[in-house]
Amino acid sequence: MNERDNILSRIREALRVPAPVPGAHDHEPREVSEAEAAKTIPRWLPAVGATFEQQVELFRANSTDLKTDFRLVASRDESFAQLKAIAAAEGWKKIAAHKGELTDAAVAALALPVCKTDAGYDVRELEACDAGLTECDALVAQTGSVLVTTRSAGGRALSILPPHHVVLARRDQLLPDLPAAYALVRKKYADNPPSLLCLITGPSRTGDIERILVLGAHGPKKLTIFCV
Amino acid sequence: MTTFAKQFKADAKRITRDLRHRGLILTALKKYEAARDARQTRFPDWQSARQTAAEIKWDAINHLDKYLVEFVTKIEARGTRVHWASTAEQAREIILATCRDRKARSVIKSKSMATEEIHLNDALEKAGFEVVESDLGEFIVQLRQEAPYHIVFPAMHLTRGEISDLFHNKLGTAPTDNPEELTMIARRWLRQKYIQADVGITGCNFAVADTGMVAITTNEGNGRLTASLPKTMITLVGIEKVIPRLEDLALLQPMLATIGAGQLISCYNSLYSGPRQPGEPDGPEEFHVVLMDNGRTRLMADAEQRDALHCIRCGSCLNVCPIYRNIGGHTYGTTYPGPVGSVITPHLRGLQEWKHLSAASSLCGACTASCPVKICLHHHLLQNRRNAARAKPVWWEKIAFNLFAFLFNSPWLYRLAKPLGRLGQIFHPLIKGTPLDPAYAWTQSRDLPKIPRQTFKEYWRSRR
Repeated sequence: MNERDNILSRIREALRVPAPVPGAHDHEPREVSEAEAAKTIPRWLPAVGATFEQQVELFRANSTDLKTDFRLVASRDESFAQLKAIAAAEGWKKIAAHKGELTDAAVAALALPVCKTDAGYDVRELEACDAGLTECDALVAQTGSVLVTTRSAGGRALSILPPHHVVLARRDQLLPDLPAAYALVRKKYADNPPSLLCLITGPSRTGDIERILVLGAHGPKKLTIFCV
Repeated sequence: MTTFAKQFKADAKRITRDLRHRGLILTALKKYEAARDARQTRFPDWQSARQTAAEIKWDAINHLDKYLVEFVTKIEARGTRVHWASTAEQAREIILATCRDRKARSVIKSKSMATEEIHLNDALEKAGFEVVESDLGEFIVQLRQEAPYHIVFPAMHLTRGEISDLFHNKLGTAPTDNPEELTMIARRWLRQKYIQADVGITGCNFAVADTGMVAITTNEGNGRLTASLPKTMITLVGIEKVIPRLEDLALLQPMLATIGAGQLISCYNSLYSGPRQPGEPDGPEEFHVVLMDNGRTRLMADAEQRDALHCIRCGSCLNVCPIYRNIGGHTYGTTYPGPVGSVITPHLRGLQEWKHLSAASSLCGACTASCPVKICLHHHLLQNRRNAARAKPVWWEKIAFNLFAFLFNSPWLYRLAKPLGRLGQIFHPLIKGTPLDPAYAWTQSRDLPKIPRQTFKEYWRSRR
């Protein structure tokens, strides 16, 4: 027998004796219905308003808490103008980006040397970039998170390696809560998921030294989100 | 007493008197408590959330064969190599063989308690690979050549001064007392390691069965980098990490972050479904998932304590435990310290050798109350005590309990014992706290309660 069969047979042997469900006061084993738990999950999570305005406000409040720079802008041009101001203030010399409607326009507006990740790239070159520009799959109001995947954000490293991660999102990408985000993943990528999906919530952080918050432990020190 | 028990007692005695250590732990945990409480209040009904989380994990563990097979089928379909390991040795061998096959020289790791459990770093280093821990706390304790102090905050027991000295000695950097500068030293140093590494090794927080994905949670982004840059990625997964559905993450991830670290959700919650796919610009060419038993099915066979496998390693039972707060993480001598470690270690590494951990509890139940997946931790400590006594009774305990039963079942003897006890207590101060004292284990650091002048029975009689 191989180890797969050994492990599975030990599990099946062990499971012949039923175990009580936690919180079942009678200690009688009972079955939990498959989808029952999933259906109740949204009720136990932090509340989110129903309208777009409430959700944007929640996203903004979470962003403040997380030290994310969140900017709701009226137009693309406004976002590019603000992006240029950030680039000038931080003295960006080179940026990294991927192919995309919003990112292409932003790259053109910035007029800086660019490292495109779409068709492969040199890691050291990407590492030396001042900022990484990506699009995303969704924004999650409940937690202030950005959902990115290898497909929507130019691979695995673009959103983690450069010291400043700039996300260009559309208003219609704002989702209320985490269950909505995972529902989107299931719907969008059902049988053909990207190899990485990630909920990014704020810039990289650590509290490993005396529980004092430091941003930019390994990933980006800054996270800027434009919602156009 | 076993060597482990002796070591435990000696270390516990030393460290409980170390006021500096206590100060450090309490400062760290007070910050944790404040952050946790602030986030927890944002959940409309934390208790119901716990119940649902517990039911999700119950479902997963009690149908583990089904969900494991589902997980493996799905993730293999995306080009992932899945390996099965019954023991720590097998898991180490699989990982070593994979590193050798890929002709690797250097390995970068993101935080993983499962790899601590199998002492992977030792094995890799002995086999000639360079191994670097990338989680800041783990990196610090690796430089100090010690085990993580806490499963979530590995370097909680160190001050910035100690870390600065450590970096100065090991990395040759200038001393600083600024945590940000210290973090940047590690960031710069580890960046180069990421770029050079041939293999990235990670742990796993949840293995999602119905989509075949590995979920990894980090705050620093070290997990993301470990899974992005090296050509080979290996993920070590304890078989109990499987959860049924993708949607379950919507509850488990925020609960893990809230109760574990006082964050609403951790910074990076990643899902990996396979190696680099066609059309993707980067990511590992090979993705290996090692599913490890290493004693978990033994714990599973004990239906009474099976819920200990629900553990999502949030560390909250450590944070609230009065024993952990006093003796610290290293005293346990186990991979998993704190209440959950005391419960599972006897199952993973031998009941008789590790039963002393179950006795090191005030049975206050703070761990059980805090557990986000409702593991009956303090009851399991009692059950471990019972099982240990049943399997191998201690002769003097048996005599003592027989005497106790005889005394309390014989009214005439009990009546006689009371005045004798009072008399004895008068002379007790002469030997109190010395090894001559029969109650030495108790009285060396505590007082014995005084036997009252009048018993309740006598009082009752006098009132009539």
